[in-house]
Amino acid sequence: MNSQEIPGLYIHTPFCRSKCFYCDFYSVASRAEIPAWLEAVRAEMKLYKEEFPAFDSLYLGGGTPSVLEERDLAALLESILQNFAFGADPEMTMEANPESLSPEKLKTLRDFGLNRISLGVQSLEDSDLKYLGRAHSAGQALRAFEACRSAGFSNVSVDLIYGLETQSLKSWKKTLDTILELRPEHISCYQLTFEKGTALWKKKEAGRVRSIGEKMEAAFFLWTSRYLQRRGYCHYEVSNFAAGREFLCRHNRKYWRHVPYLGLGPSAHSLAVVPQPRRWWNVKSVREYCRLLGEGKAPVAGWEFLSREQFDLETFDLALRTDEGLDMAALKDYPQSQRVLAQWQKSGLVRLSEGRVRPTRRGFLVADSLAVMLAG
Amino acid sequence: MRQIRNFSIIAHIDHGKSTLADRLIQYTGVVKDRQFRDQILDNMDIERERGITIKSQTVVLPYKSRSGEIFELNLIDTPGHADFSYEVSRALASCEGVLLLIDASQGVQAQTIANLYAAMEHDLAIIPVINKIDLPSADIDSAREQIENDLGLDSDNAVLCSAKEGIGIEEVLEAIVTRVPPPTGDIEKPLSALIFDAHYDPFRGAIASCRIFDGKFGPGDIIRFMSSGAAYKVEEVGFFRLFRDPQKVLSAGSVGYVIAGIKTVSDIRIGDTMTLDSNPVSTPQPGFKDVKPVVFSSIYPISSDDYPALVDALEKYKLNDAALVYQKDSSIALGQGFRCGFLGLLHLDIVQERLEREFDQSIIMTAPSVQYQFTLNDGTDLTVENPQYYPDPVDIQQSREPYIKAVIILPERYMGVVMKLCLERRGSNPRVVYPTPGRVETTFDMPLAEVVFDFYDRLKTVTQGYGSFDYEITEYRVSDLVKLDILVNGERVDALSLIVHRERARDWGVQVCDRLKEEIPRHNFKIAIQGAIGGKIISRSTISPFRKDVIAKCYGGDISRKRKLLEKQKKGKKRMKMVGSVMIPQSAFVSVLKTKDE
Ligand SMILES: Nc1nc2c(ncn2[C@@H]2O[C@H](COP(=O)(O)OP(=O)(O)O)[C@@H](O)[C@H]2O)c(=O)[nH]1
Ligand code: SF4
Ligand SMILES: [Mg+2]
Repeated sequence: MNSQEIPGLYIHTPFCRSKCFYCDFYSVASRAEIPAWLEAVRAEMKLYKEEFPAFDSLYLGGGTPSVLEERDLAALLESILQNFAFGADPEMTMEANPESLSPEKLKTLRDFGLNRISLGVQSLEDSDLKYLGRAHSAGQALRAFEACRSAGFSNVSVDLIYGLETQSLKSWKKTLDTILELRPEHISCYQLTFEKGTALWKKKEAGRVRSIGEKMEAAFFLWTSRYLQRRGYCHYEVSNFAAGREFLCRHNRKYWRHVPYLGLGPSAHSLAVVPQPRRWWNVKSVREYCRLLGEGKAPVAGWEFLSREQFDLETFDLALRTDEGLDMAALKDYPQSQRVLAQWQKSGLVRLSEGRVRPTRRGFLVADSLAVMLAG
Repeated sequence: MRQIRNFSIIAHIDHGKSTLADRLIQYTGVVKDRQFRDQILDNMDIERERGITIKSQTVVLPYKSRSGEIFELNLIDTPGHADFSYEVSRALASCEGVLLLIDASQGVQAQTIANLYAAMEHDLAIIPVINKIDLPSADIDSAREQIENDLGLDSDNAVLCSAKEGIGIEEVLEAIVTRVPPPTGDIEKPLSALIFDAHYDPFRGAIASCRIFDGKFGPGDIIRFMSSGAAYKVEEVGFFRLFRDPQKVLSAGSVGYVIAGIKTVSDIRIGDTMTLDSNPVSTPQPGFKDVKPVVFSSIYPISSDDYPALVDALEKYKLNDAALVYQKDSSIALGQGFRCGFLGLLHLDIVQERLEREFDQSIIMTAPSVQYQFTLNDGTDLTVENPQYYPDPVDIQQSREPYIKAVIILPERYMGVVMKLCLERRGSNPRVVYPTPGRVETTFDMPLAEVVFDFYDRLKTVTQGYGSFDYEITEYRVSDLVKLDILVNGERVDALSLIVHRERARDWGVQVCDRLKEEIPRHNFKIAIQGAIGGKIISRSTISPFRKDVIAKCYGGDISRKRKLLEKQKKGKKRMKMVGSVMIPQSAFVSVLKTKDE
């Protein structure tokens, strides 16, 4: 457990221009409630400022934080900096979408010390963007990237999605090649998933769209991993690539290593590790969120203590999704894992060295079953 | 003597025995007392809900006949399956007559004939009853013809009824009082009572059901079981009505129960004769024998932590089922468990289901085996019902396996497919008779091993449900046996080994490999499955690995949701057994022997 490390702060902006077909994050496609939300988030900060005085990472996620106007962004950041301290060299990221990012907003962010942008590009084929229900074009995405650079962001991450039926390996390669020319410091490549309840899922149920199948998904994954590694990116987590180890996403790595984090805003999750690991999550409704905070109450919808078993299962899964892998010491209470490990090593799914289990590229693909089998 | 009639209902499975029994209870209950009826039905509903096979229930039906006489009709229920044929024969020995039930749309079937022969052996009055006359497909004329020709009974006397619709119930009851003779017996002679059933009551211990032939006895008497010599002091005797109905005395002609501080049903031998310690009868009732298990299988807990719970569950289960035998067993693949002997496959199924449902055990059962005999070169004789103890082949001088006489009744048009099936299963010496036009009764000599697995299912499939089957074990025959080993991912899994006939080894090997390929889920690595005799591989199959299972997305701090998905998978895994690094589902061990429907 990582109680030594400094926690991260996450803030959820639950507003978007429109709802993407595949998305199952909590967000609404109206901006009417932004003022109320802003006031509520500022109130929520006060509830936690004693418990979480200092962070070394900030992540403004969503939703789409870039839909906020400059003055709202400024107000939000001002409150954050007033309530919490962020050491000497924090990582401060904001998620942004091409259709709502502007040079003026970028400047405001720079003024408040933000140093990283995670840009939702998804694809540079307009047919893919249409399939995904994105609110921007490929051209807008490229211009947004340039705007980040112009505003002085020297750490930009690009989000991409692959494994669409509208995509071929060739068109996917074209998207990647164009992105690579921009040399982003970080690339997240997410496999398209059909999450229950989303518009895309409904289309799939209705037989109007389909998944490309396990074989093709695996092929896309393996090809992408190899291609980006050859272009100098390290594949440090199943979906994440960095142009150097200094560009690993500090904030996300906290999630994967049970470092505590505080999540503010509707639907945000938080983790505390002392005296016992505990996770809690906020209500998934802006209105409810504002109402509770208006009454001076924490907008918490639920919480759980993690049992040893649960903690271990998470650890196995999260660790085996990263290139650092799992410390074998974590397996001492799981004697049956030894045979399984030997089998996987033989089958080329993991490498065992320096007391760690590290997934291979093919191992990344089956990380979930690795975790479940280790956990007995 | 009071007006008593002791009778049973016998029928091929599904011809309506349980339904008719319910109807008789309901009908006679109405005559006597409205409340009585409601309670009986409630009582039985609860049992049904709990999924208990209402096995060998006995009940007194009070009946006022058309002539105005009051009767007590003892309905002695019999288990409706060949596995329990000995219990059936003991129940029949306690009766003076039977209702031989025939489904009007199905006609005479294999168990109808087997049951008829059993009733004839006991010289009982036989009342043919044609049931399900309400069905559009009912063919009463053809049923009559079969009663004449297949059974050699007088079909004019057949009673027509619909148990489901309640038609002809009074006619059935009238037939019982007029055509089943009253019990004979001498109340003054020494006590001679036949035990035909036993069940366990958590408060009173084992309770024996018995038929009194001569004499009488009651609470305080010391009774003696003639086969074991054990003596007990009688605490209570009585009749089965709604509840147990205690009596001062049970006397010649009646059917009732005895409670005598007997701990488990295993202390009561079905077919044994009870007599009075002070004034014993000289000879017991005929026909007593020790039932021996014929099918064997091992039971293991899925998780070895659950072994103590399984020990406990088996002990408790055994209190109520004398026919189950078990002893400790262990397997390299599955750990500590028990080798169990059953009366047949149905018995095995019942035990498995009850252990799972009533005792909440997660168990693995291995493929059933019969009992083989070996004579070794040094002259020793060996009985082996567990493939793990198959002797070293170089030491074997001779091996033998049990044979049965299989009787199959079927419409003539299926003769070809049934003949093929039986010959595939090493059936020999076919004998065929055509009792009625279009119907065939065929008899084969067959190894028991070939029918214990899925023969009946296959027969039903190839005859589209029209074929019926009955068997009896006849003898041991010399047979060329080998042990088939199964290797999963290069490791021999002892619990999957089989003893098979040499000529069938390849077929079995191929089948087991194919079945396991279907049963074992894909893993994240490739799994080879091989069948081997000695060191020689005779069959193989491969389970290709899955390439991908990650839900690629895991961003944000909502790790709990992901974990819950993993926990679900972990729970699914609990239904599987880790053998080496392969997860084998619980069901795989038994199902390896089930052939697939083409
Ligand atoms: N149509 C019709 N169905 C019946 C009749 N008697 C029984 N059945 C049905 O036949 C099936 C088997 O009956 P059951 O009493 O369980 O047969 P058992 O196996 O001989 O005890 C059940 O679905 C009954 O509802 C009848 O007289 N008419
Ligand atoms: S912009 Fe992001 S959060 Fe908003 S709907 Fe699209 S994918 Fe979801
Ligand atoms: Mg029945």
